[in-house]
Amino acid sequence: MRRLLSLPNGAIMNLENEINFSMDALNCPLPIDASSFITLAHGGGGKLTQQLIEKVFQPAFNNPELETRHDGAVIDFPKGKLAFTTDSYVVNPLIFPGGNIGSLAINGTVNDLAMCGARPLYLTVGFIIEEGLSMEVLWTIVRTMKIAAEEAGVKIITGDTKVVDKGKGDGIFINTSGIGIIEHDLTIHPQSVQPGDAVLLSGDIGKHGIAIMSAREGLGFQSEIKSDCAGVSHRVQKLFDASIEIHCMRDLTRGGLATALIEIAKTSQLSVTIEEMEIPVREDVKGACEILGLDPLYVANEGQFVVFVKADQAQQALQIMQQDPLGGSAKCIGTVADSPEGTVILKTKIGTSRLLDMLSGEQLPRIC
Amino acid sequence: MKYVDEYRNSKEAKMFAEAIARTVTRTWTVMEICGGQTHSIAKYSLQDLLPPELSLLHGPGCPVCVTPVELIDKAIHIAAMPNVIFCSFGDMLRVPGSSADLFKVKSKGGDIRIVYSPMDALNIARDNPQKEVVFFAIGFETTAPANAMAIYQTKSENIKNLSFLVSQVIVPPAICSILESPQNRVQGFLAAGHVCTIMGYSEYEPIAKDYKIPIVVTGFEPLDILQGIFMCVKQLEEGRFEVENQYSRSVRKEGNLAAQKIIQEVFQIIPRQWRGIGEIKQSGLGLKPAYSQYDAEVRFPCEFHYQENATECISGLVLQGLKKPNECPAFGKSCTPESPLGATMVSTEGACAAYYRYQTVQS
Repeated sequence: MRRLLSLPNGAIMNLENEINFSMDALNCPLPIDASSFITLAHGGGGKLTQQLIEKVFQPAFNNPELETRHDGAVIDFPKGKLAFTTDSYVVNPLIFPGGNIGSLAINGTVNDLAMCGARPLYLTVGFIIEEGLSMEVLWTIVRTMKIAAEEAGVKIITGDTKVVDKGKGDGIFINTSGIGIIEHDLTIHPQSVQPGDAVLLSGDIGKHGIAIMSAREGLGFQSEIKSDCAGVSHRVQKLFDASIEIHCMRDLTRGGLATALIEIAKTSQLSVTIEEMEIPVREDVKGACEILGLDPLYVANEGQFVVFVKADQAQQALQIMQQDPLGGSAKCIGTVADSPEGTVILKTKIGTSRLLDMLSGEQLPRIC
Repeated sequence: MKYVDEYRNSKEAKMFAEAIARTVTRTWTVMEICGGQTHSIAKYSLQDLLPPELSLLHGPGCPVCVTPVELIDKAIHIAAMPNVIFCSFGDMLRVPGSSADLFKVKSKGGDIRIVYSPMDALNIARDNPQKEVVFFAIGFETTAPANAMAIYQTKSENIKNLSFLVSQVIVPPAICSILESPQNRVQGFLAAGHVCTIMGYSEYEPIAKDYKIPIVVTGFEPLDILQGIFMCVKQLEEGRFEVENQYSRSVRKEGNLAAQKIIQEVFQIIPRQWRGIGEIKQSGLGLKPAYSQYDAEVRFPCEFHYQENATECISGLVLQGLKKPNECPAFGKSCTPESPLGATMVSTEGACAAYYRYQTVQS
């Protein structure tokens, strides 16, 4: 770990290097004579709005449904139950090690659908852009959204753009809503959790929160840690394909592993016991947490989930998760019991036990 | 992780717990001074490993907890000024002043930045020459060298738009104040390892001698604390009262001389108010006259007088080791981290917040 000043200027190039864009794709497609920044006119519904749609959004999200340029998308839908979710994305900085607000906006909604046990199919996107956002930053975000959507196998079928006055937004806010199809008979919900279930964790925790914190201007603390921002639907699908009896799943976002487990324990009125020794945390993430006084159990993630499965299928499920390129560090971290109801118990490294509780707000770096 | 995992080892923790149980023949009350130690004790449920005869009391070593309300009010007043960028360590933002906290000022548009080091405030001042930048310099001897260095550099670089709202306190006078209280129950101290890393531990020797009380300089990991307790209890059982150093991997008797030099360059000893306790003589560090132009209290003169309202909150007694957090009628009821009545419920190093957050399975 090293301490540097702030990140922002070089951040775009770092991200591009990671994703290996070709240089052609990197060039913003808007002509030179157009503004290199978003102006209020880009949201005014006139020529500049059309140009933005035709030159930026359509080439990136290209598909027949979007091509119709209708007020909404009309889609064929396969038979079965439908899962529907929405989420809004605000993040500072917009571009951070390992991702940007665009990858968050796609993966976050895809992951919410996956946690409902659905195969994600379609997304909608709403952009609220602050006047003055660089066109190049917008293009970077949109390109990343295209890649994330392709990886998750979802189509972006309708969208909307608004531009707000300078000072009334934080660069860009994105809302995505998603529809997925449920192709099994399981009821995936905290109330399906059973005493005896095994709790599996998809991989090491804490990378997203530390990456954001290290990139955030003013904290003056930077590391090599990249966000784990990624879609989890393929990993979940592999469990369904192997007929694993999944009782409940939850992606670990704000509030981290602890908050996700506490929510499930409270809803199911069961007791979840986890072993601190079994929870994978990378050495550099541990180090950053130690220095900043943060508990990795509560640090945000954007590409990890917990899954509650029948104990006799735990080993099989774990092997499937570990075989995925993103799941090498997946672990069985605990079990479910009847009581004490609605609790999560952490067995600490030194052999004592304590209850985990939700935090009242964001974790703040400590003083000394 | 090296230098961390070895001190969180369950076999050795058990070994120390057994050694403590074998040594104890009667009831003893030991106080850990530092909020970081309180946090570890609660986080690892260390009390569960100790024999019932041994009682731990939690000391005043939480810088957030002891910063006086008047100073928080001043911080809020300055941070709300239109041309000010107010820089603070993160956990000061939630501490209630008399009517608001810094988070509320931020939500109303105050430019408040969480920084990790006082040096970040210097950078912010350099980058924003048209703004007045103020750093909330709080803490014990641990934060004093870095804060002093930032003030020293501000002067040597002639940075005119940076000032410091100082609330530095020091440990030894607080120990004496606790020992002189007629209700004192403390029979042995675990001194704060990081404070002693800076200051050394010579200044604790007269305290141990005069008050006939064992003091063990102790680290922050679970094994450090268990070993510190063991050393302290052994002294108590053998009738000794010495200063011993459990945290020898970090603490030398003379401390960090370079750090002490910069503290002495910038700060002088002054009386300080401690929230919940009152004024303790010679217990604070204030800017020397040569640095008074960087004193935010001089640059932004304002006076606040705070009258403690009668509430159920016993945080002052908790800070003095006279009560435990769960002996407070408001604990977990009208006082929670979401709506704290006292500062000990705010900081992660505050005893009440540590008790609230790290409940044991039995409680």
